[in-house]
Amino acid sequence: MSVGATKIPVVVTEVVEVNSLIKRFRFVREDGGEMPGFSGGAHTVVEMDDGGTRRLNAYSLMSDPAERSGYEISVRRDDTGRGGSLFMHRHVKPGMRMLISPPVNLFGLDLRAKKHLLIAGGIGITPFIAQMAQLNALGARFELHYAARDRELGAYMTELSARYGDRVHRYYDVEGQAIDLPALLRGQPLGTHLYVCGPKGMIAWVLGTAGGMGWPKGALHSEEFLAPPVGQPFTAELAVSGITISVGAAQSLLEAIEAAGVEAPYLCRGGACGQCETRVLAAEGELLHHDHWLTDEQKAACGHIMPCVSRFKGARLVIER
Amino acid sequence: MSLDDYFHDETYFGDFTYRNSPQAIKRFPFPFPEDDYMYSVNMEPHVPGRKGSVFEHAFDVDEHYVAQMRDRARVLAEDPLRCQSLPHMTLAGWDLLELIMESFARDYPQWFELHKDGNRWHWINRPLGIDDKFTFLDESTLPYGPMEYITRQAQGDFTLQDQRNDNLWIEAGMVTTQADWSVDFDIGMNFHEWHAPVPLAREMGVFDRALKFLLQLQHGAPVRRFNWTMTVDPLLDTSPENYHKWGPSKTTMTRETIGRRQHLRVELQTLFRLPRSNAIAFPIRCYMISFQDLVTQPKWARRLHRVIRDLPEELATYKGFLRNRPLMVEYLSQFDDGKPTSPGWWPEDE
Repeated sequence: MSVGATKIPVVVTEVVEVNSLIKRFRFVREDGGEMPGFSGGAHTVVEMDDGGTRRLNAYSLMSDPAERSGYEISVRRDDTGRGGSLFMHRHVKPGMRMLISPPVNLFGLDLRAKKHLLIAGGIGITPFIAQMAQLNALGARFELHYAARDRELGAYMTELSARYGDRVHRYYDVEGQAIDLPALLRGQPLGTHLYVCGPKGMIAWVLGTAGGMGWPKGALHSEEFLAPPVGQPFTAELAVSGITISVGAAQSLLEAIEAAGVEAPYLCRGGACGQCETRVLAAEGELLHHDHWLTDEQKAACGHIMPCVSRFKGARLVIER
Repeated sequence: MSLDDYFHDETYFGDFTYRNSPQAIKRFPFPFPEDDYMYSVNMEPHVPGRKGSVFEHAFDVDEHYVAQMRDRARVLAEDPLRCQSLPHMTLAGWDLLELIMESFARDYPQWFELHKDGNRWHWINRPLGIDDKFTFLDESTLPYGPMEYITRQAQGDFTLQDQRNDNLWIEAGMVTTQADWSVDFDIGMNFHEWHAPVPLAREMGVFDRALKFLLQLQHGAPVRRFNWTMTVDPLLDTSPENYHKWGPSKTTMTRETIGRRQHLRVELQTLFRLPRSNAIAFPIRCYMISFQDLVTQPKWARRLHRVIRDLPEELATYKGFLRNRPLMVEYLSQFDDGKPTSPGWWPEDE
């Protein structure tokens, strides 16, 4: 990582099948020490050695931030993805040694808020589990609205209701239940901050509705990690290193740079944090921007690329790396 | 060596009995790695440095510790607004308290001890004669808020920055050893607002780059940089609130007194990401050395002469010593034989 934090060697101590799609993993430090404290909403990057292919996926920390004996994450299996979640589901077993990054928070609570309104869709519940533990300990006011496809896939719903009572509101798509968002937003006291984590469509719907109703931009918080998309193979010239690399169909540009032994900065690996932003020196073809870091103007100008998620289609790409 | 032998009994106002021992002169953090100076985002990882240097530990506790804590208590008694914390920054205050207590107890076990039983903590500070039991995260069990409690026991100023809307907001601070700025004035400002008075740097894009860097700062990977200015007499509290008391001292320096009265004032600034609050702690540790002590190190004497002589006028004005610059250059020139200096600031690396 560019800013120097060293990775934490951990041992997997628990793997729990939460439902047919989600498994929960618990990590403790290999040396038996305490984990760093963290803030609700933080994620860790888990490093996997998948038969010689190095995979680095970011997962939200869902354990109680005050509890420093270990970290917990939940991973939803994506059968059509590039393989990180499949590796976690198929190969990670108790006793296995792994490397994880220190926590990084790109989805922090605004502790000035008079009230925290949390809206989760599916696996997007995980950062809120840590945030609610922290808010509860601070005596802060919060309310969770959590939608899932059905009762079976509504991970942790029962536990959260037991813990937080009527502050937890549950919705099941197959039963025709949906959040009445306009009514929910209208009923919030001044000084409420809204947080949303879930599928892309849900985030756009929540932010669009709130924005349309005049909510201030600074009171709206969202987190969406993009998995790097699968695409066509392409080649890239690394001008600083003086080499040309091939990027495979199921590989990101960032992963190809790392596989060539070139150091590149990163934090989230999901197009959100901006750390891996790289200058494009020449592009004879089309940059396929998938991030939500660069502005639309920057994307159109073709001067920068986020190699963690974005790709290229064309004759020649030269980047400053 | 007993505590009383190591820690100086000295003052930073009035009769100004502050002195650096020969060892303290040798380890002074001289801030100029080259013969000229310009702003830059000169940040580097805050990792343990040479043994005996001010970088040896995360926080440096030196021979001036007890006297500087006494001076802080004096300033706070006169003006309690030097320490402020907005309500949402209390959690960051606990993070800072934990960081300092754990660092002190680990790095100076002969002076500090921290014992934890869950959230029941026992803190012993021998140099200041403190022995307190309290409940971590429960403000009612401490005599002050967590930031004030621990920064009454730690040298240097401290500010806490909240991070939101892709910016940093200075929303808590303990500031009594400052180079002419005020937490009472700056509290609530964002990164660009509180840096607005600095000349030249904005045009150079320094602040945009520095902010972008800091927003990505990671827990466990602190960074550091230097800043510097000049102070007449070893006055720690050069605050705007008290400018009427110390400002005029600049006009009373002479050829005869400059070696003793003129001090190079160096800030070792460090930045730590805090775990529970996701805020950033910004300790600003002030070191002062008189010109007559500084010139005992030939490399520093040559270099300081060249830096002060060639500094752009805007910077000399902003740092408040334009008026006395000719006097400083004249004094320092006696110790500059024109020989080349070696890179870096360690005095022994000739």
